[in-house]
Amino acid sequence: MKISSEEVAKVARLARLELSQDKIDQYAAQLGDILGYMDKLAELDTASVEPMYTPVDQVSVMREDVVAKDYTREDILKNAPETDGAFFIVPRIV
Amino acid sequence: MPELSTLSLSEIRAKLAGKSVSAVEVTESALARIESTEPKVKALLSLQAEEARALAKSLDAAGPDPAKPLWGVPLVVKDVLATKGTPTTCGSKILENFCPVYDATVVARLKDAGAILLGKANMDEFAMGSTTENSAYFATRNPWDLERVPGGSSGGSGATVAACQTYGALGTDTGGSIRLPASFCGIVGLKPTYGRVSRFGMVAYGSSLDQIGPMTRTVEDAARMLQVIAGHDDRDSTSVDAPVPDYIGALSDRADLKGLTIGLPAEYWGEGLSPEVAEACAKAVKQAEALGAKAVPVDLKLSQYAIAAYYIIATAEASSNLARFDGVRYGYRAKDAESLLDMYVKSRTQGFGDEVQLRIILGTYVLSSGYYDAYYRKAAQVRRLIRQDFETALTKCDVLCGPVCPTTAFKVGAMTSDPLQMYLMDIFTISTNLAGLPGMSLPVGLGRETGMPVGLQITGRAFDEAKMLQLASVLEKNVPATGLPKL
Repeated sequence: MKISSEEVAKVARLARLELSQDKIDQYAAQLGDILGYMDKLAELDTASVEPMYTPVDQVSVMREDVVAKDYTREDILKNAPETDGAFFIVPRIV
Repeated sequence: MPELSTLSLSEIRAKLAGKSVSAVEVTESALARIESTEPKVKALLSLQAEEARALAKSLDAAGPDPAKPLWGVPLVVKDVLATKGTPTTCGSKILENFCPVYDATVVARLKDAGAILLGKANMDEFAMGSTTENSAYFATRNPWDLERVPGGSSGGSGATVAACQTYGALGTDTGGSIRLPASFCGIVGLKPTYGRVSRFGMVAYGSSLDQIGPMTRTVEDAARMLQVIAGHDDRDSTSVDAPVPDYIGALSDRADLKGLTIGLPAEYWGEGLSPEVAEACAKAVKQAEALGAKAVPVDLKLSQYAIAAYYIIATAEASSNLARFDGVRYGYRAKDAESLLDMYVKSRTQGFGDEVQLRIILGTYVLSSGYYDAYYRKAAQVRRLIRQDFETALTKCDVLCGPVCPTTAFKVGAMTSDPLQMYLMDIFTISTNLAGLPGMSLPVGLGRETGMPVGLQITGRAFDEAKMLQLASVLEKNVPATGLPKL
């Protein structure tokens, strides 16, 4: 096994997911297979290769700093599970 | 089958422009076709029938507009694309009630071109899957054989076009999600070069891989849709500010294939390929040679590493992109949460399906400290080598040809239990996304064994969609027609 159930549980917590023990065991087995397959990459010597994170040369695109109002507050709140008409409401933090 | 429905996009737009049919007639015929075929195919997550009827009526009242290249043409878009005021679910329960307040740039461009949006196409949840069985709502069936999958993740888009419910659809392709369903459903699918089409308003999966493209019944139709959606957009900094060629004009520049060199990657034509797929694709290449093209062998030696590199990069980007679903601003929120953290965790756990959770965990793992260099950075290095492989191959030829998938469409349920097995089906398509190159699927007939459509994959140089379209267009007229499914 490439990845233990404890590791899966830990990574799930980092990703803000809560898994049942059955799911953890299932994912550990599936991820073990997948990560095992990915070890193939170790066969390649890439010591001198610059990583390629995107196909487009990443240059910062500058534009004029112009104020624009595309959406109203009402638009933005429309899809929220809970609002008070002005703000997003979440469970109490403090 | 109502006669109007089976016409191509190019044919119906000519009829609409010439006023031999009205937008209302075409829309009603499409809606009738949807009503009769949808119970079997299940391609659509939502239907905007009333909005479509109203728009058709107002278009007719104003009369055809020559400045609008898709005037009156009913189209469908994948449910990963934001549509103002209509649901956009991404095939996920977490976005069940999400109604965007803006249109994706591609949707706005189709609307500006006079198109009528009929509905939103089913998909694997967050575009993660190759069969459309991973939709949180229902599985789409292949119109050629309802016991088989349409491919994925743009399976709804593939099925709706093959079933003649619409004249064209938009799909998205992160690792083959346009080309695979196009191949399985016997239609044309085109994934443009990374940077050719704006992704503003597309729910992101793998941001360095995703592209939006057309799925249609003819090559000319694909060229017409690409013409409308291609080009720079201020709202997507990865969309390249380069002129968009005349794709439709390019099609009429060629009657044969003289002077065109086709590269045949040894790795795409070897073992693991089903005989019926090999046969249909080889026949199409022979036909291209008969029409004047020259076929040369090329190597893509790193192909065997592509799936591993791809699933590291795609899941890493997905884990980051999908972090935005937290139950605060939009989407599903768990009802019984006591704290903020508890709300995040419960909302995500209840809202995301199994495959999405698996990929988020995998992506989080390969990005986590201690594994980042071994997995993510390593995959990005291999990615550069894969692109160099393609660049070298494409100095010896204009385009590459091979199959889209080792098999034709498989049976429903055949791939659901083993994710790795399903990932391996993407073997021929994912390298194109890693390299950022354009690729398309062209139907080249039915497999001798299964009677299901076979797709030939054409891969081009960056931003040279025109040459792919030219080859596809000439071949389309010279290979036996795949035809339409009997539904």
